[in-house]
Amino acid sequence: MAALKGETAMAHDIAHGHIAVELPLWRRLLRFSTDHKDIGLQYMFTAWAMAAIGGFLAFLMRLQLGFPGKTFPFLGWLFPHGAEGGILKPEFYLALITMHGTFMVFFFQTAILTGGFGNFLIPLQIGARDMAFPFLNGLSYWVFLLSCLIMLASFFVEGGAAAAGWTAYPPLSALKDLIPGSGLGQTLWLLGMAVFIVSSLMGSLNYITTVLNLRTKGMTMFRLPFTVWGLFLAAILGLLTFPVLTAGAILLLCDRHLGTSFYLPTLHVAGRLIGREGGNPLLWQHFFWFLGHPEVYILALPALGFVGDILACFARKPFFAYRLAVFGALGLAFLSCIVWAHHQFVSGMNPYLALPFSLLTVLVSVPFATILLCLAGTLWGGSFRFTTPMLFALGFLSLVTIGGFGGLSLGVAANDLHLHDTYYVVGHFHTIMASSVLFAIYAATYFWFPKMFGRMMNERLGKWHFWLSLLGVYAVFIPMHWLGLTGMPRRYYAFTEVEFLKPFLPLNTFISVAAFILIAAQLLFVVNFFWSLWRGEKAGDNPWRATTLEWQTSSPPPHGNWGAELPTVYRWAYDYSVPNAPTDFIPQTVPPTTAASRE
Amino acid sequence: MRGFGKRRKGSAILLSVLLLLIAVAVIAGTFWWVRHHLPARIADTAYEVDGIILFVLSVAAIFLLLSHLYLALTLLRFRSNPKAAFVGVTRRSWFPVLAIVALLLAFDLMFDHESNKVWGKVFFRIPSDAFVVEITGEQFAWSIRYPGKDGKLGRSDVRLISDDNPLGLDKNDPASKDDIVLPAGQGELHLPLNRPVLFLIRSKDTLHSFFIPFARLKMDAVPGMTTRLWFVPTKPGRYEFTCAELCGLGHYRMRGDLVVEPMEKVQEWLRQQPTFGETVP
Repeated sequence: MAALKGETAMAHDIAHGHIAVELPLWRRLLRFSTDHKDIGLQYMFTAWAMAAIGGFLAFLMRLQLGFPGKTFPFLGWLFPHGAEGGILKPEFYLALITMHGTFMVFFFQTAILTGGFGNFLIPLQIGARDMAFPFLNGLSYWVFLLSCLIMLASFFVEGGAAAAGWTAYPPLSALKDLIPGSGLGQTLWLLGMAVFIVSSLMGSLNYITTVLNLRTKGMTMFRLPFTVWGLFLAAILGLLTFPVLTAGAILLLCDRHLGTSFYLPTLHVAGRLIGREGGNPLLWQHFFWFLGHPEVYILALPALGFVGDILACFARKPFFAYRLAVFGALGLAFLSCIVWAHHQFVSGMNPYLALPFSLLTVLVSVPFATILLCLAGTLWGGSFRFTTPMLFALGFLSLVTIGGFGGLSLGVAANDLHLHDTYYVVGHFHTIMASSVLFAIYAATYFWFPKMFGRMMNERLGKWHFWLSLLGVYAVFIPMHWLGLTGMPRRYYAFTEVEFLKPFLPLNTFISVAAFILIAAQLLFVVNFFWSLWRGEKAGDNPWRATTLEWQTSSPPPHGNWGAELPTVYRWAYDYSVPNAPTDFIPQTVPPTTAASRE
Repeated sequence: MRGFGKRRKGSAILLSVLLLLIAVAVIAGTFWWVRHHLPARIADTAYEVDGIILFVLSVAAIFLLLSHLYLALTLLRFRSNPKAAFVGVTRRSWFPVLAIVALLLAFDLMFDHESNKVWGKVFFRIPSDAFVVEITGEQFAWSIRYPGKDGKLGRSDVRLISDDNPLGLDKNDPASKDDIVLPAGQGELHLPLNRPVLFLIRSKDTLHSFFIPFARLKMDAVPGMTTRLWFVPTKPGRYEFTCAELCGLGHYRMRGDLVVEPMEKVQEWLRQQPTFGETVP
């Protein structure tokens, strides 16, 4: 009921013009705001900054892998410790792969999807004035920013940033005798993750409560846009699985600093006995992947949501078999929680465990294919508008199909005897997770930019960005699958020491060059974003002629989102091209008088 | 927004063509690669694992081609459709989706069944007469131990490791006297042709993974545990094995040489190696 009181108070303020002055963007980004739109933008700008850093780390990695042993004087100048004399050191290289993975998975994709778009879109799409707990929401962002700073600081401590991989498997991540990055750098990594999870939990609680309690009149669960379903299920997954990693991280900190033996058996490291007893490194792997696998769906579900809504809008067609897609999303969320050990088939866990986990893993393709087929069905018979967001959404469909079918090879246990921890895995998750989710994020950014800032992004630049990115991701990540089939292990500093890998240097050089072009193409987006922010064509309230609630208020929406009255919802979110209707879209707020409506 | 209603047929045609080209290039490239660039197959398991990988990739290729054909043809066919069809809003639209999903599910179960056959062989049907070799990972090389004449590996303990006893063998265990220890990076792994070989895989310091790409097999080496893997080498020659689990700065150079030769030659080579009893009195 507290939320309802807030609603009355806010409606009062709006009616009396108490909140009339809109702040300039920089002030909205830099203050402790409780407005979900400000917080969403704060998350978004921070996450993009982390993505830029993560991309730069990828550039350095590909420089090393494509041109091993070559001297690049600028590296020595930039990193006097990590790349003395212009060649990356192995310790710096391993810190790069660790931090690249951590930044991209958690601090970019998770943060921008749930924190950025989740914050901005949920209240607008369900017809609420704000989140259920606005203060908690604001706090969530600043805690997130703190976790970013902790992670970034770890590059500057003795021993460098964490270097045990983004999965931080002990014993490597537990003892600095094993690798220099497992000194203070790893401590900061674990603390950074714990703080990040705290922020993520505050967000998840908020999104779940808001979706359940603050939907406006008439907005039933089955009238929610698919985007909200995706964000809602992602929040539930985050709430259930992230705490397990927190617990795991605390135990690892105990092993590192208090001499406990949760993960460490008796070891003999570099001529010295480490007298721990009885711990098992596999325990961490279970903790990590219990979050780590649902994490993939924390990213995939919102991405599927965005793409579903964008395809319907630009095909001017109802979402195909919408309810079935929602059931698919529920199934996907459930299954994603019980497949984690497929990351551990050859980890030394009891091989009998592989039997259920292998079966459950291939079963994921059932709800996943269901959703994708609903998305594909939405296209049939459409009247297409090939805008930039539509192109990225279509690119997403291609990537997610190729990535998904590539992943089938990894799902069955026997194949992992060969493919586990090779570049096949790297190629696979970069196709399905990195690239397809990135495409969905781009689609969503081009799509909702007018709502966020009241201006359109440039279409010409956007299209060039799309074509180059589409060709780029395939040129980079498909050859990685091939190298993995050959058995090229991942997390190698160079492929020059193992005889059977030596002939593949030219392909590695090709991947690197393609990656440089791909990274350069992203600059088009940066230019477009900032140019459009100030110089973009003015957008009306509903430039895409879309049905959902956020397009029925002004661009950008005012504080409180709606006028004195909350909107009332009379129909589902996909009344596009309804027969005999005067326009090819009927907003959710239009009462069912003239046109036929569903539900 | 200006131009929102404008058809952009150019984009439709370009995207359709690109999507088809991508699908064909991915499929053709993958099968060409599998044919020309896989490591030699030197074991029964290499054929079996490759078989499943190829089975899954082939089915995936068909689905992938069909999905991209659908995408491309839909974009082309409806590229200048003036009004979209109001379809897909009734329960009837569920059926085509569920039918395709059921087909996919059938393939899933076939994959799983095929996989379990190989998995079961590798982990649940270890021959009792296998030729046993112990392999121990440490930063950044592999140690090898053969059981010697008695066919039994002596007891070992991390706490007994010293400079002249790198694997921590128990001197008081009679079974360890005739063990043959090749310390980290100082020996080749010799395996008998056409005989099942069982590896007992261990680690001294951190996670490693014993990976023989030529046999399409790997298994993590976990400190505090012994993991197992077996196969039958079927092709004589010199090959390599590597580490496939991040283990530290020298991970990328943690490799070993592997020789497959007839049993007599392995025995002869073993007789030339000093036993543990001879090196540590």
